[in-house]
Amino acid sequence: MSVGGDIGVWSVLLAIVGSALRVSTPYLFVSLGETLTEKSGRINLGLEGTLMMGAMSGYAVALGTGSPWLGVLGAGVTGAAFGLLHAGLCSLPRVNDIAVGIALFIFGTGFAVYLGKPLVHPVAPRLPDIDLGFWSSLPSLRAALQVNALLIIGILLAPAMLWILHNTRWGLKLRTVGDSADAARALGYSINGVRATATAIGGFFAGVGGAFLSLYYPGAWTENLSSGQGLMAVTLVIFARWNPINCVFAALLFGGASALGPALQAVGITSNYYLYGAAPYVLTLVLLIRTSSTKHRLFGAPSELSINK
Amino acid sequence: MTKQHNRTRRQILIGSGSLMAAGSFLAAAPRPVFATPMTVGFIYEGSKDDFGWNQSHAVGARKIAKETGAKLVEQEKVPETADVERVMESMIQLDGAQVLFPTSFGYWPFILKLAAKYPKVLFVHAGGLWKQGDPANVISYRGYMEEPHYCCGIAAGMMTKTNKIGFVGPKPLYFIFNNCNGFTLGARSVNPKVTSLIIITGDWANPVKDADAVNNLVDQGCDVIISDSDAPKVSIETAERRGVHSCGYHTDLSSLAPKGFVTGAEWNWAKGADFVKAWQTGGKYPNLLIGGFKQDLVAISPFGRSVPDAVKSAVLKARDGFTNDTLKLYHGPLKDNEDHLVLKEGEVIANDDSAFKTKVNFLVEGTQGQTGLKKQ
Amino acid sequence: MIGAAVWRGPEAAVLTVGAVLVALLAFGIFVAFTGLDPFAVYKVLYLGAFGSRFSIETTLTLAAPIMLTALCVVIPARAGLLIIGGEGALVLGGLGSVLAGVALNGAPASLATPLILLAGAAAGAIWIAIPAALRQFRGVNETISTLLFNYIAIALLNHLVSGPIRDYGQPLKPTSWPIPSAFMIGTIPGLSVHWGLVYGVAACLVAFVVLRQTTFGFALSILGGNLRAAQMAGLPVAALALTAAALGGAAAGLAGAVEVVAVHGAASISLVVGYGYAGILVAFVARQNPLAVVLAALLVGGISASGGLLQRRFGMPDAASTVLEGCIFLAVLGSNSLYGRLRFLQSRSAEVK
Repeated sequence: MSVGGDIGVWSVLLAIVGSALRVSTPYLFVSLGETLTEKSGRINLGLEGTLMMGAMSGYAVALGTGSPWLGVLGAGVTGAAFGLLHAGLCSLPRVNDIAVGIALFIFGTGFAVYLGKPLVHPVAPRLPDIDLGFWSSLPSLRAALQVNALLIIGILLAPAMLWILHNTRWGLKLRTVGDSADAARALGYSINGVRATATAIGGFFAGVGGAFLSLYYPGAWTENLSSGQGLMAVTLVIFARWNPINCVFAALLFGGASALGPALQAVGITSNYYLYGAAPYVLTLVLLIRTSSTKHRLFGAPSELSINK
Repeated sequence: MTKQHNRTRRQILIGSGSLMAAGSFLAAAPRPVFATPMTVGFIYEGSKDDFGWNQSHAVGARKIAKETGAKLVEQEKVPETADVERVMESMIQLDGAQVLFPTSFGYWPFILKLAAKYPKVLFVHAGGLWKQGDPANVISYRGYMEEPHYCCGIAAGMMTKTNKIGFVGPKPLYFIFNNCNGFTLGARSVNPKVTSLIIITGDWANPVKDADAVNNLVDQGCDVIISDSDAPKVSIETAERRGVHSCGYHTDLSSLAPKGFVTGAEWNWAKGADFVKAWQTGGKYPNLLIGGFKQDLVAISPFGRSVPDAVKSAVLKARDGFTNDTLKLYHGPLKDNEDHLVLKEGEVIANDDSAFKTKVNFLVEGTQGQTGLKKQ
Repeated sequence: MIGAAVWRGPEAAVLTVGAVLVALLAFGIFVAFTGLDPFAVYKVLYLGAFGSRFSIETTLTLAAPIMLTALCVVIPARAGLLIIGGEGALVLGGLGSVLAGVALNGAPASLATPLILLAGAAAGAIWIAIPAALRQFRGVNETISTLLFNYIAIALLNHLVSGPIRDYGQPLKPTSWPIPSAFMIGTIPGLSVHWGLVYGVAACLVAFVVLRQTTFGFALSILGGNLRAAQMAGLPVAALALTAAALGGAAAGLAGAVEVVAVHGAASISLVVGYGYAGILVAFVARQNPLAVVLAALLVGGISASGGLLQRRFGMPDAASTVLEGCIFLAVLGSNSLYGRLRFLQSRSAEVK
């Protein structure tokens, strides 16, 4: 079946943009959170577990209080608790942060599914839509531009984070800890304290990302709710080169790429969708290969990060 | 259990005519007649409250337990590996299960292996795969879901305003294409202007992809959606939010879309009660049972509030047509969506022609999309 | 540092057993909070894992593949690489063995089956050697790249079984071409456990001997301990790292091949059931010691085996096993910090040395 000329191309593009806007928010939050954590010199590979815990607890709180925004808050707090757990374990001597991340990934996913059993059937109040496409008369464009406040918050958060990192005392402290633990120690900073704060905030963001999944899109609590959005956090951060602004683009790109298969099928291109689905991973790999070097650390990467060593 | 009762049960089973053409009858092998309540084990690949495939079986399990008085043991999230073999044996050895319902397609090879080892246990698989030479204590049953999809299609064809309807499929498999064809044929039987769009997500159930497939279809102009995802909950909810109509699949999903729900294609796994009773009393049972409305293996969901009476009666008429075999799903002239003639004028495929249906690798005219299958 | 690269005998054993007990205690407290009797749960856990011949056989069956995927973490870890690509290597092993099995159609089984297993191992080896090479020659972090490789492997599997190598005779589930049934391997005589267990245990033993007793193993541990030292000693760093990664990949690939020749007879998405991730857990619980991998795999296999009973006896969610596994993982990692703190053990282990 032919794509049908210009209209087909446009509708594919529109579908991809629409999907990217719908799907990318969790990617955005986990990548912002992970950026902050990694800027402090720690890597948290366990955000998948945090995301699931956030999705579950957010749904539970929203259900209990009737307020989806309280749910988002609850998800963030749960995420922060998981971040603190990660930070606490990593602050012990001889404990590898990547391993702790994998452990928290397993634990968090299991715990969320366990505790979430009674939440499968009840319906929690959903986060409201914001109609950004009100000016258009095209229904598909309007639908594509119907977004959630969390996406806008996430997009605004990115420059704010960049500013905080570069223009505040705390941001400087964080970057110092992440770039040279020795220098930070000499300046009398509490390395574990700074990293714990960064990981907790990172966990908070990941929890909020999870709440987006359960409270907005797709907007239900199910056991297979996340298909690796949290695991992808580390990848996204590399993609974004530890720059919060780039996280926005990385998240939109990943969201858009995941929509490539369905969007193309909707206009009649129906083969190889598994390969389209793998596009973001291949793309990240190519980017990693292009930007890595044995001579120097990854461009933009905090040098205390264990993946540089 | 008295001899008298035994005979009655057997007569009822034979008399009910619940058995299909392709199925083969087997005289029951000599085996003990169980006097005490049976233990029936259900094994699910996913979560049993997934609003989908697994839930449809869990619903059936409860009906079977109620109807037969059997004790129910259940285990969820059993992968299609050596794991399921151990779970089945565990239910036999530790729970004393006499009938097992391993419900996932991929359990089949493990069932065949164990059935030979445990001839006193009945294995009931939802798949319709039994063939001559397979163990006698195995039943494989499934429904012709394309028939209720046809009914959904009729409703969709009558209710669409855009003349575009959407189908979300999980994997490129013959029964998914049959379902899609049923949906399209039903719609076009009442409204020839209808086009149906198909999206294959590639995953049995992936909430984000399922929701996005629905959004894509709605963006393309579809205003009635059916999702054959293994867990269509998020598809239905997404359709509801987008303000379009939706049809369910697997089990009754009407509660998920109070405004837009039309009807749905459901399995009637409770039919398994007949097998449990036959096994309990030494009665006869089929090894292979595939059927549609006529054999009472499929059903349609309760109609949603928005469905007009004219639509309801058209849908019920089609259902009755399948039940009394006056309506045939595939009949000539039939073209696929690549303009090949599949059936000539006057050619009719019997509704229980499994051989034809398992070879379906085409989408009927009026469908936008491809199977992606190699043409054989 | 990935776990403890140095095996410290009794100290490691005591710390690990202690961590598992702490995790069980934490799990028991959690279970009590949900209103169940923790002792009844412990009892069923034990019965389901090791309580009868049947339970033990189940545990062995479930432990077999994760011994092999654990080696995919353990062997590269000796060279200082943290590989989490076991899931993908297993998938590639499964695909490789299917292609070999189909190609060898007609050959005698005594020749074909070993070749099929070898093909699976080779596919896994190449798959994991690529990220190791990227690490050596381009500086690409191997943890991240193997994570990506998992997703790519699964997409490849899905793509191939949905079209290019699909068996259209399998109507209900996209499945690859089958290998000839004559090439399938059966169960160990006297046990209802397939031969994969023997391969798993044997691989762990071989890995232990190679890593412990050979020059190669010694060179790897120097590399894993200190890259600069290895370079100064004139060791072929790249070759060593690549070999270690390839051996690990071969183990996971073998796991995939065993799944094909002992269980499925073909490749399908049933290969992707988390054995790779369970292998990471086992590797860390075993503190990267190949002999301890056997025991840790039995522990994790036992937990999975009893998970079903927990569901059926107490109505606990299936995720109970995952929660317990997560607790154990966290506790074992946390216990790393206690190395050298337990004085009575130190003196003992010094005496042993």
